[in-house]
Amino acid sequence: MSLPAEFGLACPQLILAIAALALLVWGAFAPKATAAISAAGVVALLGAAAAAATGPLGRAFGEGLILDQASVFAQVAIYVASAIAIPLGQPWFERRGVRNFEFPVLILIAALGMGMMAASGDLISLYVGVELHSLALYVLAAMHRDDAKASEAGLKYFVLGALSSGLLLYGASLIYGFAGSTLFSQIATAVSGGASTGVLFGLVFLICGLAFKVSAAPFHMWTPDVYEGAPTPVVAFFAAAPKLAAMVLFARALAEGFGGAVDQWRQVLVVIALLSVAVGAFAGLVQKNLKRLWAYSSIANIGYAVLGLAAGDAQGVQAMLVFMILYMVDVTGFFACLAALSRQGRSMETIDDMAGLIKEQPGVALAMTAFSLSALGLPPFSGFWAKYYVFKAAIGAGLGPAAVAGLVGSVVAAFYYLRLVKVIWFDASPGATDRPPLEARAIGVGLALFCFPLVMLALSWIDPWARAAAAAFGLA
Amino acid sequence: MPILSLVTYAPLIGVAAILALRFFGRAEDPKTVAAAKWIALITTLATLALSVLLVVQFDANTTAFQFVEDSPWFAGLHYRMGVDGISVLFVLLTAFLMPLCIAASWRSIETRVLEYLIAFLVLETLVIGVFCALDLVLFYVFFEFGLVPMFLIIGIWGGQRRVYAAFKFFLYTLLGSVLMLAAILAMINVAGTSSIPELMTYKFSPGLQTWLWLAFFASFAVKMPMWPVHTWLPDAHVEAPTAGSVILAGILLKMGGYGFMRFSLPMFPQASELFTPLVFALSVIAIVYTSLVAFRQVDIKKLIAYSSVAHMGFVTMGIFSGNAQGEQGALFQMLSHGLISGALFLCVGVVYDRMHTREIAFYGGLVNRMPWYAAVFLLFTMGNVGLPGTSGFVGEILTMTGAYGASTWTALIAATGVILSAVYALTLYRRVVFGELVNPKLGGIADLEWREVAIFAPLVLGTLALGVHPSSVFNLTQTSVDHLVAAYQAAVGG
Repeated sequence: MSLPAEFGLACPQLILAIAALALLVWGAFAPKATAAISAAGVVALLGAAAAAATGPLGRAFGEGLILDQASVFAQVAIYVASAIAIPLGQPWFERRGVRNFEFPVLILIAALGMGMMAASGDLISLYVGVELHSLALYVLAAMHRDDAKASEAGLKYFVLGALSSGLLLYGASLIYGFAGSTLFSQIATAVSGGASTGVLFGLVFLICGLAFKVSAAPFHMWTPDVYEGAPTPVVAFFAAAPKLAAMVLFARALAEGFGGAVDQWRQVLVVIALLSVAVGAFAGLVQKNLKRLWAYSSIANIGYAVLGLAAGDAQGVQAMLVFMILYMVDVTGFFACLAALSRQGRSMETIDDMAGLIKEQPGVALAMTAFSLSALGLPPFSGFWAKYYVFKAAIGAGLGPAAVAGLVGSVVAAFYYLRLVKVIWFDASPGATDRPPLEARAIGVGLALFCFPLVMLALSWIDPWARAAAAAFGLA
Repeated sequence: MPILSLVTYAPLIGVAAILALRFFGRAEDPKTVAAAKWIALITTLATLALSVLLVVQFDANTTAFQFVEDSPWFAGLHYRMGVDGISVLFVLLTAFLMPLCIAASWRSIETRVLEYLIAFLVLETLVIGVFCALDLVLFYVFFEFGLVPMFLIIGIWGGQRRVYAAFKFFLYTLLGSVLMLAAILAMINVAGTSSIPELMTYKFSPGLQTWLWLAFFASFAVKMPMWPVHTWLPDAHVEAPTAGSVILAGILLKMGGYGFMRFSLPMFPQASELFTPLVFALSVIAIVYTSLVAFRQVDIKKLIAYSSVAHMGFVTMGIFSGNAQGEQGALFQMLSHGLISGALFLCVGVVYDRMHTREIAFYGGLVNRMPWYAAVFLLFTMGNVGLPGTSGFVGEILTMTGAYGASTWTALIAATGVILSAVYALTLYRRVVFGELVNPKLGGIADLEWREVAIFAPLVLGTLALGVHPSSVFNLTQTSVDHLVAAYQAAVGG
C-alpha cells in the first residue's frame, strides 16, 4: 500500500493529532480563548468521527493500524463521547476558577490514543495507544490542581496505571518472545497449532493489564478512589470512552491474536467477569458517596461486558459492543447530572444530598432515576437491552450458570440503585439546590431521553452496525 | 385499527395531559389537582370503554390469537400483540378496576396527587401490555417495568413502614424475574424465536423443560404469591394505599396465574406434569396454613392479604390439575378474586379514611352507625367465603372439582380451606361490624357517601352477576381453555 493511501486510512487520527498540536499552540498564545479552543476541539472530534465513519477500510503501516467495521464503530463512538465531554467539562472548570485551555487539548490527545487502541493491529501500536490515552487521563484526573483530593486521585491513577502498563508490556514482550512477532495476525498463525506455555503466560499478563484499564476485578482497586477524587465531568469522560476503547482492544487482541485459543482465555474471562459483578454488587452496598457508588457500578457493568466477550463468538462480541455503547450513555449521563447539581455552590456527591431531588429539580431527578433504573437493568431502559444482549450471548455460548450468577448479582446491585431512587423520590429535601447549569442539564436530560425511549428506535440501527463490527473480528 | 395498542396505550394519553397540566399550572394548586383527577378518571373510563369494545368484537369460537399486531423490531424481536379467550378476560378486569382505584383515591391521597395519578395510569398501560404481549421479550418488558410504578405507589403514599415494604416487594419480585429472563433467553436461543404462539407449539426437550419450568416458576410463584415465597405480600398490602392494595390483589397477583397458563402449561407440559405434585403440595399448604395465619391477624388489611394467598392457592391448584374444570375454575377464581378482594380492600379503605387505623380491636358495632357499609361488607365477606350465589363459589367449586380429577387428597385438604375461610372471614366481620358500639371514637363515623356507593355498586353487581350467571365468562374462555387442555393432555399423553 502506498504511503498516501496509508495516511488516508489514518485520517481520523491525523485530524486529532494535528488539531491537538494546533490548539496547544493557539492556547499558548491566547490562553484566555478557552471557549473558542473548546469549540474547535469539539469540531475536530466530530470531524474525526465523520472521517472515520466515511473513510476507506483497510490495513496500514504494516498492519499496525486496522481500519475495519469494528474499529470504525468504536472510533465513532469514542470521538462522539469525547466531543460531549468538552462542553460538559470546560464550563464546569471555569465556574470553579480553573481557566485551563489544556482541557480540550488533553481530551483530544486522549481521544487520539483511544482511536489508536481501537484500531491497533499489533502489540506496539496497542501499547502506544494505551499509554497515550492513559497519560492524558492522569493529567485530566488531577486537572483541578488546587483540590487535594483531585491531586491524590491523579497520583493514584498514575502510579497504579504505570503498574498496569508494566504488566501489559511484560505480557507483550513474552508473547513476542515466544510467538516471534508483534502482529496479531502473525501471533494467530504461531498459536494456531496450540499455544505454548510461554505465550499463554504472556497472554495472562496482557489480560491482566487490560483488565486493569477497564477496571475489572481483581484489578479494580484504583477505580473508587479515582472516581471519587477526580472532577465530576472528567469522571463522566473517563468512565465511558476509555472503557470502550479498552474493551475493543481486548476483543481484538483475543480474537485476532488468540482466536484459536478461545477455550484457554474464556475461563480467565469468566472468572474476571463474575468477580467484577460480585465486587461491584456487594461493595456498592455500603457506599455513601455517589461517585464511589458509581465506580462500583461500573466495575459490575464491566463484568457484564467481559462476560459477553467470554462467550468467544461473534454474538458475544456484538453483545459486548452494544453493551458498551449503551453503558457509555448511562454513565456519562449520570455523571453529567451529578455535575449539574450543587447546593449553595457546594457539589452534591453523597446519596443523602439527593434527598427530595424530585421536588427541587424534577428534570435532573427524573434523568437520574432513569439512569439508575437503567443501570439496574430494568426494562425498557437501555441498560436492560445491554444486559439482554450479553446474557443472550452468554447463554447461547453455553455459559448458562455464569449468566444466572451474573443476573443474581444484578439483583444484589438493585438494592443500591433502588436506594438512590428511594432517596430522590421518598425523602424530604434538606434545602434549596442551585439552578443547574444549562449545558450539564441538557446533556444529562438528553442522554436520559436516549436511555428511554429513544433507545427503542436506536437499537434498530445499533444492532446491525454492531453485528457488522463484531463480524470483523472473524470469530465464529 | 390496532385496537390492542389503543387499549394498552390509552392511559398514556392521560399521562401526557397531566404532564401538560403540571407544566403549565402549579402542582399543588387545588384546581390543577382537581383537573388532573378528572383527566385520570376519564382516561381510565375511556380505556374501559375500549376494552368493552374489544370484548364485544372478540370471537369466542376460535382458538387463534385475535387482533394480532405484528411488526419487526430489532435483533429478531417483534412488536407482537394479540389476545385469546384467557387474556381478554384480564384486560377487561384491569380496565374495570382502574377507574374504581382512581375514584377510591379521590379524597384519601392528598400529597403529590399528580404523580400518584401518573403512576396509576402508567401501571394500567403496563398491566394491559402484559396480557396482550405475544412476544416473550415484550412480555418481559411490560411485566418487569410494572415494578417501578408499584414501588413508587407503596413507597411514597404508603403507611409507616412503606420503604421496607417497597424494597421487599421490588427485590423479591426482581429475583424471581431475572431467573425468568435467563429462561427466556435460553428459549430464544434454542427455539430461534421469541413469538409466544410459535413457542407454544415448540417442543423443548424434557430435560431443558425442567430448568425452564423452574425458572418461570420462580417468577410466577413469587408474583402469585405461593407459599413459602408469599411473605412480601402482607407487608406490601398493609403499607400500600387503598387503591394500591386493590391493584395489587386485583390484578398484579393475576399475572402469576396468567403466566402459568400462558407459559408453564403449554410450553413445558412434561415439566408441568412432573412438578404437579409439588404445586399441589404448595397450594394446599397455602390454603390451610395461610388461612390459619389469617385467623390470627390483628390488622384488617393483613388478614385480607393472607386470605388472598389462600385463595391464590385454589388458583394454582386448579391450573395444574390440567383439566377443563380446573382451568376454568382457576380463571374464574382469579376474576372473582379480583373483584372481591379489591372490594374488601376498598371496605378497609372506607373505615381507614375515617379513623386512620386498621386495627380490628379498634372497631366493633359499626352496623349501628353504618348500615349500608355493613351490608356491602357482608356481601363481599360472603363472596370471600364462597357462598353460592356469589362469584366466589363458582371458582372454588370448579377448582376443587378439577383437582379431584387429578388428586383426591389435594381436593380433600383444599376443601377444609373453605371452612377455614369462613372461620376467619366471619370472625373478622363479627368483630368489626356486629356487637355494641363501645369505642367512643366511633360515635361520629359516617356511612357511605355517594362517591363510595358509586365505587361499590359495580363491584356488587359484578360479584352477584358472575355468581348467578357464570357462563357469561365461560362462553368467552371455553374455546381457548379447551384448546389449552387438549394440547396439554396430548403432550403428556394423558
